[in-house]
Amino acid sequence: MLCEHCNERDAVVESIKVLPTGVKHEHLCDKCAKAKGVETTITMQQHALGEMMQAVQQQASLVTADAASCGFCGATARDFRLTGRLGCAHCYEAMEHSLRELLRRLHGNSKHVGKRYIAPQVQMESKVDSVHDLEDRLRRAVESEQFELAAELRDRIRVIE
Amino acid sequence: MSAAKSSLDLSLLPDGGVRWLDASGANADIVISTRMRLARNVSGYAFTARAREAERLRMLAQVRDALPNVPTLRGSVLFRLDELSQNDRQLLHERHLVSKELAGLDAQNTVRSGAAVFLGEDAGLLVNEEDHLRLQALRSGFAVPEAFEAVQRLDRELGSHVPYAFHREFGFLTACPTNVGTGLRASVLIHLPGLVHTKEIKKVLTGLQQMGLTYRGLYGEGSEVVGNFFQLSNQTTLGRSEEDLQEHLVRVVRQLIEREEEARRILVRDAGYIIEDKLWRAYGTLRYARSLTFDEAMNFLSGVRLAVGLKLISGLSVYTLNKLLIFAQAAHLAHQEGRVLKDDDEANLVRARYVRQALASEGGGHQ
Repeated sequence: MLCEHCNERDAVVESIKVLPTGVKHEHLCDKCAKAKGVETTITMQQHALGEMMQAVQQQASLVTADAASCGFCGATARDFRLTGRLGCAHCYEAMEHSLRELLRRLHGNSKHVGKRYIAPQVQMESKVDSVHDLEDRLRRAVESEQFELAAELRDRIRVIE
Repeated sequence: MSAAKSSLDLSLLPDGGVRWLDASGANADIVISTRMRLARNVSGYAFTARAREAERLRMLAQVRDALPNVPTLRGSVLFRLDELSQNDRQLLHERHLVSKELAGLDAQNTVRSGAAVFLGEDAGLLVNEEDHLRLQALRSGFAVPEAFEAVQRLDRELGSHVPYAFHREFGFLTACPTNVGTGLRASVLIHLPGLVHTKEIKKVLTGLQQMGLTYRGLYGEGSEVVGNFFQLSNQTTLGRSEEDLQEHLVRVVRQLIEREEEARRILVRDAGYIIEDKLWRAYGTLRYARSLTFDEAMNFLSGVRLAVGLKLISGLSVYTLNKLLIFAQAAHLAHQEGRVLKDDDEANLVRARYVRQALASEGGGHQ
């Protein structure tokens, strides 16, 4: 089958998009897939937990309910599939829906019933510290090509400075 | 708290960090040690693997600043793993004081900047492990409540000065979803030669898994089972309380101890002289061999340990055998020799000499 986008090269991936109007299938070659930002999972070395997560997402078709990336650390679902690790505490919010299902499978339960905890009030962070934090997050966002997040972080740094 | 050391001075460690080997705990002939570990992350930073170097160092500084308010770690020693030589990092790992990951001994073999450990008398705190913080307490023998009490105290003290990442529904948040919730890994290092020799072990291990426990080798995740030493721990951390998880482990391990004792009785009853011969041969090899690989040493030590448990060999203490488990490892041998051992062959010679001397000085055995 030829790529439905360029009609030149052989299609190697099938991109499936869930739209309000229904499911759209598109067959793409490697090059067009990359250009469109579609993952070509063929060469990806997935983590066992990542595979489990993918199965959860496919079965529950929950993908749309989760954020595309974490607003704090910029980690994406793809990062999780590769490493089996979350990027930060906020990733639990960003991927809440699929994680809840994954946790159910891993632990037989998704609700913590152990010790409760209330974090202490830590004295107001100094201005320098929070700029450092934001700069770290900015660098990470740029490295993972999350430009929208990067722009937002840049604005916030500007406000503080 | 002492200043960071760039070269490892083990005399700084309370009891050399190996009090858990002293065989003073309950059922110490079967259960070598009990370990309780809590995984925690500090709010406001990306998890360790995703954090930048500056973030990891700031987080470490924040924890360090809080320590004057943490009595459990008063007088603790700080080691910056990222400033230690590979042999010293391995030494700490061989003593079960730091994980393989923190010591930078896994596949990539690089130690992360900011990787550190605070070693106190009652508990330890690993910083910049897979999670920001890993709180752990090790005890000799079968001592689940004692070890948990220590780690819980450290958790309470630290958590009231350092803000942890906590989620109303998922509990304590961790980098890997398999640790989330309580963050508790309750484990025992147990010696099961009876069940192995009576070929019951497969059935037993399958049973354990059905009961929500998992097993690993001497060195935790990814390590091979050698010398019939198994590390058992809870598989899940979410949806059950800390007390529940501990009680469950205690119940299962108690049954396991009974089954192991039963298996040993059967061995002696049905295969008396075969077993006796085998164990004395193990002792003889350790006592006189001129070269021993680590696996060989572990397997023969397993035999001698069983022989001591069955009272076939007298005059040898479980403490000595425990010490041999740790001190016959590569980094420890190099440390005792005061030099780098050039290859495995040399390590095998040094190991055999060390084991011979240790057994000779105990003067155990002869009957």
